[in-house]
Amino acid sequence: MATQPNISAETIVKHTLPRSEQPVAYPPFPPRQRPDLPDHSRETLMEYLAGAPLDEVDIADPLYWENDAHWPYFKRLRDEAPIHFTNVNTNRHRGYWSVTRWADIMAVDTNHAVFSSDAHLGGITIFDMDQDFVMPMFIAMDQPKHDIQRKAVNPIVSGANLQAFEALIRERTQACLDSLPRGVAFDWVDKVSIELTGLMLATLFDFPQEHRRKLSWWSDIVTSDAEIPGNPTKDERQAILMGMLQEFMVLWNERVNDPEPKGDLISMLAHNPATRDMPPMEYMGNLVLLIVGGNDTTRNSITGGLKFLNDNPAEYAKLRADPGLIDSMVSEIIRYQTPLAHMRRTALEDTILGGEHIAKGDKVIMWYVSGNRDERSIENPDAFIIDRPRARQHMSFGFGIHRCVGNRLAELQLKILWEEIVKRFDTIEVLEEPARVPSAFVKGYKSMMVRIPA
Amino acid sequence: MALITYVEFNGTPHTVEVATGVSLMEGALGNGVPGIDGDCGGNAACATCHIYVDTAWTAKTGGTSELEDAMLDLADGKQDNSRLACQIFASAELEGLIVTMPETQH
Repeated sequence: MATQPNISAETIVKHTLPRSEQPVAYPPFPPRQRPDLPDHSRETLMEYLAGAPLDEVDIADPLYWENDAHWPYFKRLRDEAPIHFTNVNTNRHRGYWSVTRWADIMAVDTNHAVFSSDAHLGGITIFDMDQDFVMPMFIAMDQPKHDIQRKAVNPIVSGANLQAFEALIRERTQACLDSLPRGVAFDWVDKVSIELTGLMLATLFDFPQEHRRKLSWWSDIVTSDAEIPGNPTKDERQAILMGMLQEFMVLWNERVNDPEPKGDLISMLAHNPATRDMPPMEYMGNLVLLIVGGNDTTRNSITGGLKFLNDNPAEYAKLRADPGLIDSMVSEIIRYQTPLAHMRRTALEDTILGGEHIAKGDKVIMWYVSGNRDERSIENPDAFIIDRPRARQHMSFGFGIHRCVGNRLAELQLKILWEEIVKRFDTIEVLEEPARVPSAFVKGYKSMMVRIPA
Repeated sequence: MALITYVEFNGTPHTVEVATGVSLMEGALGNGVPGIDGDCGGNAACATCHIYVDTAWTAKTGGTSELEDAMLDLADGKQDNSRLACQIFASAELEGLIVTMPETQH
C-alpha cells in the first residue's frame, strides 16, 4: 500500500531545482497600461468605461474590480461586441477573448472538446498558471483524467452525504450568530463569512479545527495577485504553498494506511485508486482547488447576500414577511454575487464562435459575471429579486463537465445561515461600502462593517 | 401532447400533461413537479433534471448526445437507464410514459 504520493510518477519537477539553476524563463511582467484619469474613484472609472473605445480597455485590471466599476463595460460588450479580443497589455497576458453573452458562454462551457481547461496550457484563469509551478487539479484537466479524479471526491458533496452534515452546520451557525456583539460595529467578513466557511472546510478535510484560519489564508494566497503591494511575491507564494503541501502530507500519511477510507477528502484521495498515486504537485493542486472552491465562493456569497438585502430594503422586508423565500433567495444571491467572475479556456483548434475566428491556442474568457446580467436570457437582470421565478438558472456554478461539484453544499450553508439569521435578528445594518478584493477572478470582499441593533 | 407520470424518489407519482415539443424537464417545472431542478435551462449542461426511463421506451425517447452522456457520467446515482429530462421531448408517442427520479439532483 502506498505511503505517500508517488514522487516518480512524473519526471519533470522543476521546482526541486536550486533557485540558481532555474531558467529565467519568466521575467517579471512589464508595467500595466492604464488610462490617464484624474482619480480612481468608482464614479470616474465607471464614466470612463461607459465611453472609452472598447479596444482601449483591459478589463482584467484589478483596479476596476476593487472599485466594483466593471459593469458598464460588460454591458457594452454584450450589446456591441459579444465576442471581443483585448489587445491592451498583451505583453502581460498575451491577449484574450471576452465572451459576455449567456448563450455564447454556454456554448464554450459545454464544448470541452475544443475549449481546454488544461493547466499546462495555462489553466482556468485569465492569468496563466506559473509554468514553473504547475499544479494539476481536476478542474484544470481535460477528459478522461478530469472525470476520474472528480469522481473520487464527488461522494462527499452528494445529496445523501449532505443530509448528514445538515445538523452540524446548523449547530455551528447558531453558535456563531449567538456570539455576535449587539449595538457595536464589527466586521461581518471576519466574524461570520470566514468563520463559517473555515469551520466547514476544516470538517471536509478533517483538518485541525484550531488551525482552520490557515485554510482561509492559503485560499487567499493562492488567488492573490503578486503585483499588488502587501501580497506575497510569486516566489513567496510558491514557498507558502509548499508549506501547505507539507502540512497536508502529514495528514495524508496518517490516513493512507487506514484499513478503510474515512469520510474526509484527504482520506478519499489517499484511498481512491484514481488519486492514491498522485505526484505531490497534483495533490497540492487538488487541495488548492478544494480549498478555494470550498472557501472563497461561499464566503463571498455570505457577505454579498447581506449587502444586497441592505441595498434593497423592499427585498429585506419580503424576506422578513416570508422566510419561505430563502430557497430562491439563496440562488439569487449566488447569481447576483457571481463569486468567481470568470473561467478561462484555451482553444485546442481553430474555431468560429459568434462569427469570430478563434485561433488554436487563443485564451477564451467566459465572463460569468456578465452572463448573469445578460438581458437576452434573464429578465430585469440588474435587479436583486429574492422571489425571482427560476432563480436557479444562473451561471455562477458554470456549466458542462467542470460545473461546480460543491454547489449543493454551498446552497445548504447559505440556506441554513439565512434561516438562523431571520429567527434571531430583525435587521443587520451594513454601515459602509465593503472593501473589495482587487481581482478579476475572485469577486469578493475583504471586510464589511455591520451592526446588529442592541 | 402526452400524459407523463413523474415518480419522486419517495414514490409519490405526479401525472401531468406535457405539450408536444416541450421537454420533460420543462413539463416538470411548469407543472410544479418537485425533484427536478433544471438549473441550466435545458442545455444538457448541468444534470439537475436526472431521471430514470424504462429501457422499453428507448426507441421512442431517442438516444443521448456526447454531452448528455458526459454529464450523466458525473451525476450521483447514475444507472444504465439514466437520462436528462431536458433532452426528451413530449409527443403523442410518449403517452403514458413513467419516469422515476434519483434521491437528489446534483
